Amino acid sequence: MCEDCGCGLTGHEHDTESVQVMRGLMEDNDRLAQHNREHFDAHGALVVNLMSSPGAGKTRLLEATVDAMADWLSIAVIEGDLETENDAARLRAKGVPAHQITTGSACHLDAAMVHEALHHMDLDGIDLVFIENVGNLVCPASFDLGQHLNAVLLSIAEGDDKPAKYPVMFRAADLVVLSKCDLLHAIPDFDPDRARHALADLGLAVPVIETAAGRATALEPWLAWLDHALDTHRARLGLHPVSVRNEPAAAGA
Amino acid sequence: MHELAVCQELLRQVSEVADRRGATRVLRITVRMGPLSGVEPGLLKRAFTIARAGGIADRARLDIETEPVRIRCGICGEESETAPNRLRCPDCRSGPVSLVSGDALVLARVAMERPGAADGHAIDGEEARYV
Repeated sequence: MCEDCGCGLTGHEHDTESVQVMRGLMEDNDRLAQHNREHFDAHGALVVNLMSSPGAGKTRLLEATVDAMADWLSIAVIEGDLETENDAARLRAKGVPAHQITTGSACHLDAAMVHEALHHMDLDGIDLVFIENVGNLVCPASFDLGQHLNAVLLSIAEGDDKPAKYPVMFRAADLVVLSKCDLLHAIPDFDPDRARHALADLGLAVPVIETAAGRATALEPWLAWLDHALDTHRARLGLHPVSVRNEPAAAGA
Repeated sequence: MHELAVCQELLRQVSEVADRRGATRVLRITVRMGPLSGVEPGLLKRAFTIARAGGIADRARLDIETEPVRIRCGICGEESETAPNRLRCPDCRSGPVSLVSGDALVLARVAMERPGAADGHAIDGEEARYV
């Protein structure tokens, strides 16, 4: 069979040429993602992309974050789901502008979807944008959206070897959040140290924090990470720091 | 399965190259990729047979060259091949490592039929770049 075209003939000639290209297949997405990032920067907004399996508690974490921070800064949310407006509705109920992207059958958000969403969002005065990606530990890792930071959630019900099973996703993380840690006593199979070890095996030196979105005190490491990220981001853009989560005024002060 | 989305971008780039060079048909496409690209070679091939339909590459073959995951230790400088989830220096087991290869996802070559083409090889002039 003909090596070039599989046409079934032998000994015939094609006018062929082989062209070397060496062009990245994510190049177009990455270019658009950079455009999105410049748009976010122009508005001074820090953008955090949340990724995890379905059901790891991304929306719940966002609800708790809004409760803790919305008095001190302006938050907006972009929600990605295959179907329904449910998650955006949950955030809107907290008074936060939330745009829902329904991807249909697409298993991830890409830069073009976020770009389209930005046409429907007013970022003036917004300090912090969360992108809640489609729940999926595989596909979203490959697509830059224009975010500044990635937070990857690993709920303790999922097993502490997830980083070893999904290295591409966890390698993309700037922060790993072990979520639902209020259930640790009920799930003795999950060992946070084993999860940390699996992350270290990926060559990662990113912070790993434990949260329980239902308990305000358990959110502190997450809120502290956001504070620090906001300060760093705003300093880079030459903006004043946002006074985040000001300590409540002492009684009688 | 984001491989279909990757395939669509692949075919868009291939069509661009083919158009620019006046090709009548694309015969072979070579993609170079590593395990840390997040793309599964088998799934990419299957998605390709769907995505190629009706275009200039509708009978093209997709060849995939996989590159190994290689790391270099930031402490001892040792370079080694490793598994995608073992990105630690096998010698000193500590320290930061840098990735030498294993996360590429690149359109490497396109073989085309073009009337009047001398059978040969070229670099796609204007657009050739290394990522």
